[in-house]
Amino acid sequence: METLTQYWEFVTQKKPDGTLLYDVLGAFWVNIQLTLWAGAVAMVLGTIILAMRISPIVSLRAVATFFTNIFRDIPLTVVMLIMWLVIWTQLGVSFGGKMSTDFYILAIIGLGLYHASFIAEALRSGVNTVPLGQAEAARAIGLTFMQSARMIVLPQAFRGAIAPIGNTIIALIKNTTVASVMGVATETSAVMSGMIETGANFVLLIFLTFAIGYVLIVIPVGMFFTWASRILAVKR
Amino acid sequence: MSTEIQDASDTVVELIDVQKHFGELHVLKDINLSVARGEVVVVIGPSGSGKSTLCRTINRLEPIDSGQILVGGQALPAEGKQLAMLRAEVGMVFQSFNLFAHKTILDNVTLGPIKVRKTPTEQARAEAFELLDRVGIRNQADKLPAQLSGGQQQRAAIARALAMHPKLMLFDEPTSALDPEMINEVLDVMTDLAQSGMTMLVVTHEMGFARRVANRLIFMSDGEILERATPNEFFTNPQTDRAKDFLAKILQH
Repeated sequence: METLTQYWEFVTQKKPDGTLLYDVLGAFWVNIQLTLWAGAVAMVLGTIILAMRISPIVSLRAVATFFTNIFRDIPLTVVMLIMWLVIWTQLGVSFGGKMSTDFYILAIIGLGLYHASFIAEALRSGVNTVPLGQAEAARAIGLTFMQSARMIVLPQAFRGAIAPIGNTIIALIKNTTVASVMGVATETSAVMSGMIETGANFVLLIFLTFAIGYVLIVIPVGMFFTWASRILAVKR
Repeated sequence: MSTEIQDASDTVVELIDVQKHFGELHVLKDINLSVARGEVVVVIGPSGSGKSTLCRTINRLEPIDSGQILVGGQALPAEGKQLAMLRAEVGMVFQSFNLFAHKTILDNVTLGPIKVRKTPTEQARAEAFELLDRVGIRNQADKLPAQLSGGQQQRAAIARALAMHPKLMLFDEPTSALDPEMINEVLDVMTDLAQSGMTMLVVTHEMGFARRVANRLIFMSDGEILERATPNEFFTNPQTDRAKDFLAKILQH
């Protein structure tokens, strides 16, 4: 009990300017924001990659397959290091303003690229749930490839891919902690490392704090995707 | 009696020396066939004879190796917008219905007119209701395909094809996936359609329908057209051994 009280004091200690030294809740909020942004990038990019992958044009298919294999096969940490050391340091890509803003945006792009390959694969499994006859019927009434993809195949593929998309999003939530590699210092794993450095005697409680935090975020997300995949399944 | 000689301008679809292989298998051999406006041509033959493939080549769901296919006197274009426009002129009814599973019956019927023909939504809906009325499922308009019986789904699929005002309707074994008690409701719709003057190419195993409705009958076996005759000629006096054999097998019961 005493340990818990001491831990509480440790966690809630303030800086001279009155703000929290270790902003745990704020750190989780950073990861949630990274998830939302990177998730949006991954969904849009993943859908484009998927559309290229199922297109009748051979070169588009090749590019999409190449992209998927590259980003699915490189470890996320390496992707993030490339964003930092190559894109930012070497190529000097900047979005103006502060360095922390650059890091934040590059982290989102890195996370988005990496997870887009998984979203594309999840969607491809969704496409496989759509019988070939659906696309044939769409073509038979005179819809172009893009129209039949947009109106017939992809809507059904999305609905058939909700469970695997959910798995990818859950992985993304946790993978946002790798943003610390890209220099995002305010997110959970960076804050956790900082806390362990000064509060080594609380190490178990610090781990527990972040572990429980992620469990509390992920459980409802998982329940939502399970529910949605059931409700939205296309009846055949 | 020969119906092969027609005024060229009245030919809706024409296949000239069409060849197609699936790998080693020669599925269409020297196919020459034309269908005149208002004509109902029924294609029969044993399974694997290439009759479904023939049907699917006409709107290029299956590409061909060589030869020519003319629809309304115009050669089938390769993939792209032009092919899509041409497909819009050719209605297709599939064995497995292939209604868009995530859309209501009404949306299935209006999608083509709205997106391809750019018909105003209100007009497309009004026409769709008329067509659904014609095939007897107006009261199912707001349901999803999975909520309908097979016979109702196939009638909806016919309405969807008709909504495009096609020059020609292709039927690829439209009753083969149906329970026996639902076959007639679909054949009735097709009979009405034939009587209304629609040009039709029908691949089927329904010999009664072929006998009653067809102007002309094509018998295919092993990728070849072996006989062209009126239904009466064919059923009473088949010329080839393959046709005699086929008829003996199906008319036994």
